[in-house]
Amino acid sequence: MAAQYGTGEKTLKLYLIGLVLCLILTCASFGVVAYHPVAGKAAFICLSVLAIAQLFVQVIFFLRLNTNTPEARWNVLSFVFAIFVVVILVGGTLWIMYNLNYNMVH
Amino acid sequence: MNAHHDTGSNKVFGFWLYLMSDCVLFATLFAAFAVLHKNTFGGVGVKEVASLGFIFVETMFLLFSSFTFGLAFMSFTRDKKDQALMWLGVTFLLGLAFLGMELYEFAHLIHTGNSWERSAFLTSFFVLVGTHGLHVFFGLIWMLVTMSQLKSKTLEPKMRTRMACLGLFWHFLDLVWIFVFTVVYLMGGI
Repeated sequence: MAAQYGTGEKTLKLYLIGLVLCLILTCASFGVVAYHPVAGKAAFICLSVLAIAQLFVQVIFFLRLNTNTPEARWNVLSFVFAIFVVVILVGGTLWIMYNLNYNMVH
Repeated sequence: MNAHHDTGSNKVFGFWLYLMSDCVLFATLFAAFAVLHKNTFGGVGVKEVASLGFIFVETMFLLFSSFTFGLAFMSFTRDKKDQALMWLGVTFLLGLAFLGMELYEFAHLIHTGNSWERSAFLTSFFVLVGTHGLHVFFGLIWMLVTMSQLKSKTLEPKMRTRMACLGLFWHFLDLVWIFVFTVVYLMGGI
């Protein structure tokens, strides 16, 4: 039934696993900033990894994105493409602005 | 023909595509924030904007509201209308708590002279976090409408499409929030 909308079936078990994972990842993120187990660049990378991991958890366990049916694959494809656009947008902006800033200062 | 069988999934896919464009919108706001977050012009920086504990509670409210919406949807698909309404109500209250905390944070900033006019950092902060909050606000209104429709209508296919779209929207808001609290609050506090 849910398959007709291109996502997997939602079950309580999956939602609970997703919730627990998200709680762990969120607490880990806040823990990195609150207790400083790692510093500076390492902390930055940790937070990025934790955020991306939680993105995956929520997309798989809450949104139930999968590649089982043709419809589901279209959902994944459009999602991947949107991420691609986002990466270019944000990455490109940072690159350009960093460059401009460098040329202003030097 | 069998067109009326397909329109539900077309609508949900169409709504998903809208959400993908919303992703790109938020990406532009994140990019602007990333560029401007150090431009505090003598005003407050991220560290002074909010306490970790406060943001943690906000995050919990939104995360749990995403979870309880899942419960609402599952109740709905199992034809338990009253249970679905109950979980939608819980989701609404959790979302409202999140928004209330955010509005309190904004009001505090504005009253202490740190509105979006103070610096480029604060402008990009208010636009990014505010746009997310505005989405939550509209989601809450949509939720109220859904609850009222669920009360008066039977569990017909139309309601399933609507619940699916609202679910996508509500989960999407929590997804964006992951990056808001990570990029804005946590990375600023390293």
